[in-house]
Amino acid sequence: MYELTKEPIQVQAAIDQVLDRNCGAITTFIGTVRELTHGKKTIRLEYHAYESMAIKMLHKIGKEVEERWPGTTIAITHRLGVLDISDIAIVIAVSSPHRKAAYEGNEYAIERIKELVPIWKKEHWEDGTEWVGDQLEQQAYPKGGPTL
Amino acid sequence: MITVLFFAGLEEQIGQQRLALPFAGKAIFQLKAHIEEVYELENDTLQGMMVAVNEEFATNDTVLVEQDTVAFIPPVSGG
Repeated sequence: MYELTKEPIQVQAAIDQVLDRNCGAITTFIGTVRELTHGKKTIRLEYHAYESMAIKMLHKIGKEVEERWPGTTIAITHRLGVLDISDIAIVIAVSSPHRKAAYEGNEYAIERIKELVPIWKKEHWEDGTEWVGDQLEQQAYPKGGPTL
Repeated sequence: MITVLFFAGLEEQIGQQRLALPFAGKAIFQLKAHIEEVYELENDTLQGMMVAVNEEFATNDTVLVEQDTVAFIPPVSGG
């Protein structure tokens, strides 16, 4: 259900993990490697993780989703290592009896991942490298830390 | 002894991924000050940084015990 992998991500495998007879909807979020960020060109990316803690935090987020939207089931796979443009970095699949919970739970999960899970992205720009700390160019932790 | 882990840009700055330090009985803020001094990091590089003790987020006041694993968590950028 919660996986970090150095191999290319198989979206169907995440879907298969959440599909069951009682669900009437499955949403998938697929995060891919973007070439241009505000006009700046990415050559490739590198993801590193504190793997044992990252898995633990993914479990925590999954539990939050399943508690806030009862009846949902979630699967999350995040890629690690070197990724090229258009490679899949993450897939989140959420199933639920009705579609609204699947949409909302999925969005909640990716926002929490960007706040809480110890995974770091190193950008290899065409003119150098940089560890990215705040992807949306917002303060990483406006409240001084993640909401636990 | 406690184990200290560094990741991402901080790992590159420190030059290693893991240290063993005699910091049992001391607080996180003391550990932060020690590492800033020894590795000549800019003041406050670490003071505002998130820290995990044994894979759970902790605060600057958390007191360490023998065998703890402390990880410095620079702002994350997964997803």
